[in-house]
Amino acid sequence: MSGNELLVNAAGRKVPNIVNGQEQVPFMGVAAYGPAGAKQAPPIRSCKDYPDNGDKRVPDLATALERCGLRDGMVISSHHHLRNGDQVALAALQAAAEMGAKDLMWFPSASFPCHEPVIDLMDKGVVHHIEGSMNGPLGAYCSAGRMRGLGVLRSHGGRWQAIQDGEVKIDIAVIAAPTADPFGNADGSHGPSACGSLGFALADSIYADHVIVVTDKLVPFPCIPWQIQGNSVDCVVEVDSIGDPSQIVSGTTQITRSPDRLLIAEYVARFIRDAGIMRDGFSFQAGAGGIALAFVRFLKEMMQQSRVKARFVRGGSTQYLVELLKEGLTDYILDGQTFDLAGVASIASDPRHVSTSPFTSYNYHGKGNFASMVDASILGATEVDVNFNANVNTHSDGILLHGIGGWQNCLFAGCSILAIPSFRDRIPVIVQEVTTMTGPGELIDVVVTERGIAINPRRRDLLDRVRGSDLPLRPITEMKDEVERIMGGAPQPARLTDKPVAVVKWVDGTVLDTVWQVEP
Amino acid sequence: MPQKGSKKPLRRGEAGRRGDDVRSDTHVSVEIRDSGGLQIRMTSKVAAFYGESIKETADIVLGELTVKHAAIEIDDKGALPFIVSARIEAAARRAGCDGVALPERTVVARQTPRDRLRRSRLYLPGNEPKFFINAGLHRPDGVILDLEDSVHPDEKDAARILVRNALRTVDFHGAERMVRINQLPLGLDDLDDVVPEAPNVILIPKVEHADQVREVQKRIEKLQKSGDNIQIWLMPILESALGVEHAFEVAQAAKSVVAITIGLEDYTANLGVPKTVEGIESLYARTRLANAAHAAGVQAIDSVFGDVGDEAGLRAWGSRSRALGFEGMGCIHPRQIRPIHESFAPSQAEIDKALKIVAAFEEAEAKGLGVVSLGTRMVDPPVVLRAQRLVEQIKRAGLVDAERAGPGGIR
Repeated sequence: MSGNELLVNAAGRKVPNIVNGQEQVPFMGVAAYGPAGAKQAPPIRSCKDYPDNGDKRVPDLATALERCGLRDGMVISSHHHLRNGDQVALAALQAAAEMGAKDLMWFPSASFPCHEPVIDLMDKGVVHHIEGSMNGPLGAYCSAGRMRGLGVLRSHGGRWQAIQDGEVKIDIAVIAAPTADPFGNADGSHGPSACGSLGFALADSIYADHVIVVTDKLVPFPCIPWQIQGNSVDCVVEVDSIGDPSQIVSGTTQITRSPDRLLIAEYVARFIRDAGIMRDGFSFQAGAGGIALAFVRFLKEMMQQSRVKARFVRGGSTQYLVELLKEGLTDYILDGQTFDLAGVASIASDPRHVSTSPFTSYNYHGKGNFASMVDASILGATEVDVNFNANVNTHSDGILLHGIGGWQNCLFAGCSILAIPSFRDRIPVIVQEVTTMTGPGELIDVVVTERGIAINPRRRDLLDRVRGSDLPLRPITEMKDEVERIMGGAPQPARLTDKPVAVVKWVDGTVLDTVWQVEP
Repeated sequence: MPQKGSKKPLRRGEAGRRGDDVRSDTHVSVEIRDSGGLQIRMTSKVAAFYGESIKETADIVLGELTVKHAAIEIDDKGALPFIVSARIEAAARRAGCDGVALPERTVVARQTPRDRLRRSRLYLPGNEPKFFINAGLHRPDGVILDLEDSVHPDEKDAARILVRNALRTVDFHGAERMVRINQLPLGLDDLDDVVPEAPNVILIPKVEHADQVREVQKRIEKLQKSGDNIQIWLMPILESALGVEHAFEVAQAAKSVVAITIGLEDYTANLGVPKTVEGIESLYARTRLANAAHAAGVQAIDSVFGDVGDEAGLRAWGSRSRALGFEGMGCIHPRQIRPIHESFAPSQAEIDKALKIVAAFEEAEAKGLGVVSLGTRMVDPPVVLRAQRLVEQIKRAGLVDAERAGPGGIR
């Protein structure tokens, strides 16, 4: 199914012209591609075909799939708000397998190690391929070239764009809901399996042909608040449990204890302060990684000292963002996903803690989105090269390691910052050229490591703003050379074949890079 | 005698650590054989990037040790080259091989001044190599590669090789390079490996008599026969009641002594009293030590503060320590460095006053006046002297730092 021709795109990367039978547009540059046409739409439905009393309950997933007309080759989607505790996506695919379905495309918003049994379903021909993040065993399976179709990696915004633009047409969306009513209204912030926001499932609910809501806490109509509207929902399935709460959110998210990572976090906070980004009414986005959490702590101290307040901060939310809200250091949390119990409790009870979706936050084919309005985003990466291109998808040996998440979308912030160690054990993070390009260097403004801070030469303005500060500013090439000296030379190149196993999509649906099969 | 071609091991040795929780280290076993050449088997989490380099390192190290026939097994968890090299050498030496395999020296030893700022010295356990490479990035005044208490008795040989390699290859980013040797007499043998790598300071543990310091000095001089060596300073550690009683003579034992310090775990054990965060039990010992140090013209350096999580306690200890006449203390975690630097920094009020006094002194000098006065008050000569020393000190620490590093302030 892979493309029969490889083209070189505007980033200089070789990409297939056809992916899973669909013709592709190679990446043309950060803002070069202009879409045309109309958004896709699901078929028109009528009330007359649904119960007047609003009760859409069916006994089990198999019945629901049957009602939704499950057939071979369909696209089945799921969301990842239940993270590694999710039991619904697998149950749906397994139910489909028992019904004899073949060649399905699974379209999760992300996959987790708990989804490893999907490998078995791929081996048996039930699932043809996955379009969504793959890591752990699924990543290794795909990297070894064992998947029948090509993996397609998209950002959260890119997933919305692909659904909205009709690149991916979801036949059946299976939406795990921590609380729902028989009509299909669903909410993520309450219930025994509460996960906070359900934003990743919103596109699926709007654009899929059929929608199944699966819940372990059924409440009588109305489910208040609702994040998913029952008006889009075909069937509601009540189950004993949708997931393992201990794997859905962490009890507490942990700040890194590594002194080197704390140093990186502190450099990031000082940079944001000294570059004048930290001022009244500013905004930032930081994830739930150890460095990002520590950064929030350092920045908080500086905000208190300078009596500065943010207008909004962007989650993934954690207790550290919730602290900012509670202590009056930000007016709002705009939250895409909720990582810990403090975050879940806050989004459920505090009207200033607001659930967002990839449409509001990230979708590139909309009339703007929040990501470019954020003053600074703090991100990770597995590799960054001397041209500031970065990789979050593959390990330096070429094996798929992570999905893109909101990472590509966050590069559009006023100042995008990679907060990363310059090497891990004996694996360089700053390299000559990235193994896989997930983000083009022109959008990556600052690289902060324990060995110093490199500002992208394209951002003269940032350079000027921090000149004369006592920040350890250095050219990125100098840091790369130092890392290679420490490692004992440049690493051996990754051993890859010329067979594509997945592609990395840019936020506009064009193909940015190819993930190649790793040599057996 | 084994027959020609036999694979029966003659001697065997292993070194390094393995296990799922090990990072940035390597486990190596070496079996010396009488034929068959070098058979290297390697697994490494970085095989895809540096597998060839690891094998090359093994070839070089074993070549230097003139090992011709051996089975070598390397289980690597992403160790840096100087660590891989040290582990292979240690395993081979434990298998009975002689000689050393010195990695190429990539850092230049620089002489440090006698009265250098020594507010913080960061302890690095000598057999825990993963902490070495980034230690200097946290800007301690000194790093201590420790061969003594943090190293298990069975690992002294391996740690010595590792520390030697680190001194040859690891950039500590301007921190003064210190090594804590073992208690004598073992510590004297440590010097054989360490002194050629020109550390700046040798810490001598559990000193009770001046003779012990002189013994170390003698061995260093013997090892530094040739001309262009750097001056290696000594910092004796007093860790017993008897040691404290001899503080002054220990401080005067050799010209190379730049500081004396105290080890409170051993000292309080010696007294048979619990060690507290207030430190009342060691007040006498520490004031005695500080006084002896000043009498001998060397720096008085305090012990370490053991609770890494208690930053307020650390700051309180540091402030009291400065008030007693100490100029610095040890740290066991990089996050202790800044609180210590801030605790030992003079306050802004002290700095302002000292600057005024020095200015008044200079004005008086220029006018040829014998008396220095500030406003209506006359300033005594010792006050002028103290102000001059403080200004000198803050210049060395970097005046900007001293101004910006207010209490609790983040730079």
